[in-house]
Amino acid sequence: MADLSVNICGVPFKNPIIPASGVFGYGREYANYYPLSLLGGISAKGTTPKKQNGNPAPRIAETPAGILNSVGLQNPGMDAFLHEELPWLLQQNTVILANFAGPSPETCAESAAKLDQTDVQMLELNISCPNVKNGGLAFGAQADTAANMVKAVRKATTKPLIVKLSPNVTDVTEIARAVEAEGADAVSLINTLLGMRIDRRTRRPILRNNTGGLSGPAVFPIAVRMVWQVANAVKIPVIGMGGVQTGEDAAELMMAGASAVQVGTAILSDPYAPLKIIDGLNQFLDDNHIAAARDLVGTVQPW
Amino acid sequence: MPASDYIRSMQYPIHTMTELKPGVWSMVIACPDIANAAVCGQFVHLMPQGNFTLRRPISICEIDRNAGTLRVVFGVRGKGTAQLATLRAGDTVDMLGPLGHGFTLPDADTPVILIGGGIGTPPMLPLAQYFGKSAVVISGFRNADAVILQEDFAAAGCKTILCTDDGSAGNKGLVTVPLAEEITARKPALICACGPIPMLSAIAAMAKEQGIPCQVSLEERMGCGVGACLVCACNIYLNDGEIHAAHVCKDGPVFDAERVVWNG
Repeated sequence: MADLSVNICGVPFKNPIIPASGVFGYGREYANYYPLSLLGGISAKGTTPKKQNGNPAPRIAETPAGILNSVGLQNPGMDAFLHEELPWLLQQNTVILANFAGPSPETCAESAAKLDQTDVQMLELNISCPNVKNGGLAFGAQADTAANMVKAVRKATTKPLIVKLSPNVTDVTEIARAVEAEGADAVSLINTLLGMRIDRRTRRPILRNNTGGLSGPAVFPIAVRMVWQVANAVKIPVIGMGGVQTGEDAAELMMAGASAVQVGTAILSDPYAPLKIIDGLNQFLDDNHIAAARDLVGTVQPW
Repeated sequence: MPASDYIRSMQYPIHTMTELKPGVWSMVIACPDIANAAVCGQFVHLMPQGNFTLRRPISICEIDRNAGTLRVVFGVRGKGTAQLATLRAGDTVDMLGPLGHGFTLPDADTPVILIGGGIGTPPMLPLAQYFGKSAVVISGFRNADAVILQEDFAAAGCKTILCTDDGSAGNKGLVTVPLAEEITARKPALICACGPIPMLSAIAAMAKEQGIPCQVSLEERMGCGVGACLVCACNIYLNDGEIHAAHVCKDGPVFDAERVVWNG
């Protein structure tokens, strides 16, 4: 049994595998399948200041080796999260990442200030949702708006602040450096890639929102590339995600520079995917006589 | 306990596989744990083999707790259901379930009308078997080539009424015509329905007008199936009249028809 523990921004994780925000709700559904304490952490559903109903259905379409989704940050709002969901999540004996987004730096700072008063271990600021008109990618697509957002949120909390980045940009390292300069403690990437599919009989987009975010194994090589680029561009830890399906995928993303790995789309078809990935990572480490998962981080030997 | 000890197999043996009509398949699956837990109106989430990312939600058509089996009936709609249709008795199928919120059932001797449209007919069969002779089952299909499950409804002891769009079997026309006649003849205490949205909204309107409780089973493109990913949204009215995006997989697939926002 290899040592799977990692430490990110001073927060100890029993293993580096974290269900990504958006696929795991607030955890309750999957607690019916296994104890959530088996997980390294949980990135909770992205929460906005006020309740949001999200986009109209259909919100999902299958694509080659992936899916498109356009949920549009449906959530019950920050106060409902703080009172009805977070206290339960904090009892699950795993690290909780409170993922949050909002329509302005001011409202995001207010959410951060509220989260700062709780026992949540980490904050994950989402500036990369491709499916909402206000907020989300509107801030994450450019270095100056991303920096302004992080600047405001940074003042509102002393907790470790992760900023979740979008791949829908020309140079992801520019955004990563900008948020690092404003005090982000870590970055997580990649959010989904903007995509579109059309029903060829009706000539209507399959998603009612027309466009949506692409995820799943199709995007894994992009995630590896962007994690590698960002890990080489910043000094803060990188949390990698994008199409991870197996323990070996997780190991590869860690070699690219990820200190921990989030798992999203794989969970949609297999509730047990995070457990299988934890097992698979352990197996990979044992098979290759590597003592600890953290020994993988950033060990790619580029040509 | 290591994580692997919590991982449950979702592979279940297929007991029988029959093509009821071209492109419509009946699969009986040996799954005592799921059969034991399943109730009318729930669904199972089947994973096609090969290059697929999502499971396919299929409503439960029969629950046999004594035999430890479930039956599902599904139509081939795309590549995923086409792959599932290649499975045969003796193969295994990757199945998650039972999932969802099913029908809320009154006593079995309550007079009810059950209405199925097309591939929405299968989830009416467990109800028919529960209510037996106190149920009238109205089924609607495109044409005679699409008609399924009429013998099963009759075997359950129900009165059956068949409609087709072109009149090639049973009555020509919509299910709402015999529904109005049946309501006049004997007002039921409950209407349950599954099928296309225009059919369901018409039934819901008739039920509301007559003051008859009505439960409908809805369909939507689905992700996780357990209520976490929030993709299968369906607008419903809350108690205060506010519109809320509920989810077909967890809050449904069965909803009180009066709650459903039919144009939303």
